[in-house]
Amino acid sequence: MAALNGAVENGQPDRKVPPLPRPLRSLEVKYTKIFINNEWHDSTSGKKFPTYNPSTLEKICDIEEGDKPDVDNAVEAAKAAFQRGSLWRQMDALSRGRLLHKLADLLERDRVILATLETMDTGKPFLQAYFIDLEGCIKTLRYYAGWADKIQGRTIPVDENFVCFTRHEPMGVCGAITPWNFPLLMLIWKMAPALCCGNTLVIKPAEQTPLTSLYIGSLIKEVGFPPGVVNIVPGYGPTAGAAISTHHSIDKIAFTGSTKVGKLIKEAASKSNLKRVTLELGGKNPCIVCADADLDLAVECAHQGVFFNQGQCCTAASRVFVEEQIYPEFVKRSVEYAKKRLVGDPFDARTEQGPQIDQKQFDKILELIESGKKEGAKLECGGLAIEDRGLFIKPTVFSEVTDNMRIAKEEIFGPVQPIMKFKSIEEVIRRANNTEYGLTAAVFTKNLDRALTLASALQSGTVWINCYNALYAQAPFGGFKMSGNGRELGEYALAEYTEVKTVTIKLSQKSP
Amino acid sequence: MLRAAVRGARLCRGPARLSAPLSAAAASPIPAPNPRPEVACTKIFINNEWHDAVSKKTFPSVNPATGEVICQVAEGDKADVDKAVKAAKAAFQLGSPWRRMDASHRGKLLNRLADLIERDRAYLAALETLDNGKPYSVAYLVDLDMVVKCLRYFAGWSDKFHGKTIPLDGDFFCYTRHEPVGVCGQIIPWNFPLLMQAWKLGPALATGNVVVMKVAEQTPLSALYVANLVKEAGFPPGVVNIVPGYGPTAGAAISSHMEVDKVAFTGSTEVGHLIQKAAAESNLKRVTLELGGKSPNIIMSDADMDWAVEQAHFALFFNQGQCCCAGSRTYVQEDIYHEFVERSVERAKSRVVGNPFDFKTEQGPQVDEEQFKKILGYISAGKREGAKLLCGGNPAADRGYFIQPTVFGDVQDNMTIAREEIFGPVMQILKFKTIEEVIERANDSKYGLAAAVFTKDLDKANYVSQALRAGTVWINCYDVFGAQAPFGGYKASGSGRELGQYGLDAYLEVKNVTIKIPQKNS
Repeated sequence: MAALNGAVENGQPDRKVPPLPRPLRSLEVKYTKIFINNEWHDSTSGKKFPTYNPSTLEKICDIEEGDKPDVDNAVEAAKAAFQRGSLWRQMDALSRGRLLHKLADLLERDRVILATLETMDTGKPFLQAYFIDLEGCIKTLRYYAGWADKIQGRTIPVDENFVCFTRHEPMGVCGAITPWNFPLLMLIWKMAPALCCGNTLVIKPAEQTPLTSLYIGSLIKEVGFPPGVVNIVPGYGPTAGAAISTHHSIDKIAFTGSTKVGKLIKEAASKSNLKRVTLELGGKNPCIVCADADLDLAVECAHQGVFFNQGQCCTAASRVFVEEQIYPEFVKRSVEYAKKRLVGDPFDARTEQGPQIDQKQFDKILELIESGKKEGAKLECGGLAIEDRGLFIKPTVFSEVTDNMRIAKEEIFGPVQPIMKFKSIEEVIRRANNTEYGLTAAVFTKNLDRALTLASALQSGTVWINCYNALYAQAPFGGFKMSGNGRELGEYALAEYTEVKTVTIKLSQKSP
Repeated sequence: MLRAAVRGARLCRGPARLSAPLSAAAASPIPAPNPRPEVACTKIFINNEWHDAVSKKTFPSVNPATGEVICQVAEGDKADVDKAVKAAKAAFQLGSPWRRMDASHRGKLLNRLADLIERDRAYLAALETLDNGKPYSVAYLVDLDMVVKCLRYFAGWSDKFHGKTIPLDGDFFCYTRHEPVGVCGQIIPWNFPLLMQAWKLGPALATGNVVVMKVAEQTPLSALYVANLVKEAGFPPGVVNIVPGYGPTAGAAISSHMEVDKVAFTGSTEVGHLIQKAAAESNLKRVTLELGGKSPNIIMSDADMDWAVEQAHFALFFNQGQCCCAGSRTYVQEDIYHEFVERSVERAKSRVVGNPFDFKTEQGPQVDEEQFKKILGYISAGKREGAKLLCGGNPAADRGYFIQPTVFGDVQDNMTIAREEIFGPVMQILKFKTIEEVIERANDSKYGLAAAVFTKDLDKANYVSQALRAGTVWINCYDVFGAQAPFGGYKASGSGRELGQYGLDAYLEVKNVTIKIPQKNS
């Protein structure tokens, strides 16, 4: 979910402002099958599943439904591509980087197509898909393209008469299971480091949003990755997803999604072949606004922090803690912001918020809103669906929220902002950390001591200070506690896709 | 006097798997060369614009294959260097477009520069051949290939040279920023003009520095054309400035300049001393040097003979012998000495010397008359001091600076040709008995740039590679260069390293930021 603040134009001095891109109104969906060995296949079972446009609730098309036999075929292809002596294993690291650069070039070329597909399938506003999701994809690919020939082992001065060195080798066949909230970006977060390290991939995109991932299959082939290096099997979690996580020939699995499913994945990994696991899971992220903060900035960031992407972010600022002196003013301004938020057709350039992804999520969000009302939080605005309009929900703000309410504890994954009050720093640290999650946290203050104290005290994988969703390919992202295992992005992600081999050679004692 | 010294300057560096690119030539056709490429860029490049020399003076650039003048080039001197430094400083001002640019965008610009060089690859290769005399096929397949790869490699580093956060004692938060050094003077040689330019621009620009570069007076043309591409790629004005000129004037002005923060030089050890001294006497600017070598190439009796003969030939004769890492002391174990010498002579006799634009040509002319005469002088010394001339020894044409591939056998360690850098197509073969003996003799040199050993024995390979005092040791190969691996010298062969992650260090200052905090937490 590339950054909100500054993600698009982060200080690049010499860039001209181009005209706004326009979505393609009648885009034909070309890729709906299973992608194995750089070819398109029907599902073994002959089954298909529909994918819907959440703005209109109309079916876009049917997709081949992958299941265990299809995953088996994909793994077979990925294993063959990873054979010792294969094209892919013999390729210079620099050439792997060139392929990733070329893939980035094609994403740039087809940026409008991909952003249009993403909006059709997820309902996110087109301009956000274009400027945030696609920007993040392209930059992430280029970033890891640069790493390909910089994954360095070490030589190590062991005791006695040995030569000792490490090789950082690819793990092998990597499974990747990606979510529906940022379908393409989450795919690239996994694909770019995996390929840069020389692995092969079997990917299952979310059943709600398979279209952009399948389009990437066509680009993989066009770029010239050898057959079998990237394989994409659309399907459902309990079938295709389970087949990947329990597979004995998959060496590693990376999953982004709910904490509940994350547990199943880790369990499947441990019951099958102890495959390596990286998990990016849920969050209930504290956003702490101190009395000395720049209030304009804090209100805007907290608003974007929770409402961005229809609230469907694992990084969502879903517990806003505000220091008591400024609490009434902060709530007032936040409500003004929420009321102004434009909800509607995601293809309209003015739209800030589209529909939720599907009926299930929609119902869950409304149910949590009801619980908030029932448990005594003060509904400041919103709180309802937009009538006769499918899956759209009004931007909702609750004040006077207390820590024991469900809306303060559970991940809502919708456009709902719970605002709490706090008195002291020690108190807010304790309350912020009092959760099973630990993905992100944010702090708004001008005070240096307070900023650094909170940065070290908060138990989360990311702390943003005076900013929100500042996600860049260069910096790692991942969770403490039940928000996940391991890290994506940055140099840290390379460790998730490499095995370290120690080679030790005995030297002869005397001159040979 | 400095001028003469700089003319002696050269530098080194060889091909990535030399034989591989050359044999690849057959497979992927090289575009036919234009032996008379039009020369478009002959002036001084400052602030993305072309300038005449303040003095209005020019100097000739000569085609070494014919001895004819190609064109006149603006002759930069102190006044021009001052202008260039001023432009570079302005581009490096706090808050300038270059200082505010995203690191990833610097990488994008470097990748774009690589794209443009790829686009103009045939033209640049022809220009390099015209000005330097190296075979066009080598310029195209080796030099240009490595230039593009080097720039792409460093493009990738631009957003990856991480600082650290450091667990300091006490209640402090401590971190490091890796900041660019500032204005970098770069003085490059004539033996690989484009490649040495890329080796210096890549790391300097990836890390956000600004550059004032002096190109060798023998071979200014290709580097000046690249200046045009720097502008086209979109680097802000003043980030790269190129001043053609002579060492004692323009070169000295850079190395003694009070506002140049760092100088990187590739060339002779003699001039390296002058540069380091000028840095010390002016503002203690940081210095990296890639200097001369007299690199031992050790052939053990268990080596693959065919491969060792070919690689030893290549190690010495590549680039007309004008490599700082040339394998110019070939030590051969006594039981295979005779066969090795015989086959090396055969191979040298078959080396095709001639018009560098001809695809069959393996060896072109030496770069200029001064080098030509110096090499012939060394050949005379070899004969006089009792080495056995086995082939060659004379000029190879009646015009231009061509020299016959020359092999000396029975060379002794104390002979001039075994101690001094010849920088020409003259091979010295020496005999040894034991591994201990050859290690001692190989290390008995003021230089320590490169070394190689040919053996099939794992223990010998490890033993020798640990014992040799050289910045690079090749085992069963020679002149293997990749942008990923560091290159540089022990002893008088230089200081610092170029290429690889190590190559970034020379272009970074480390800043430690320490902040008092109320209370620490692990």
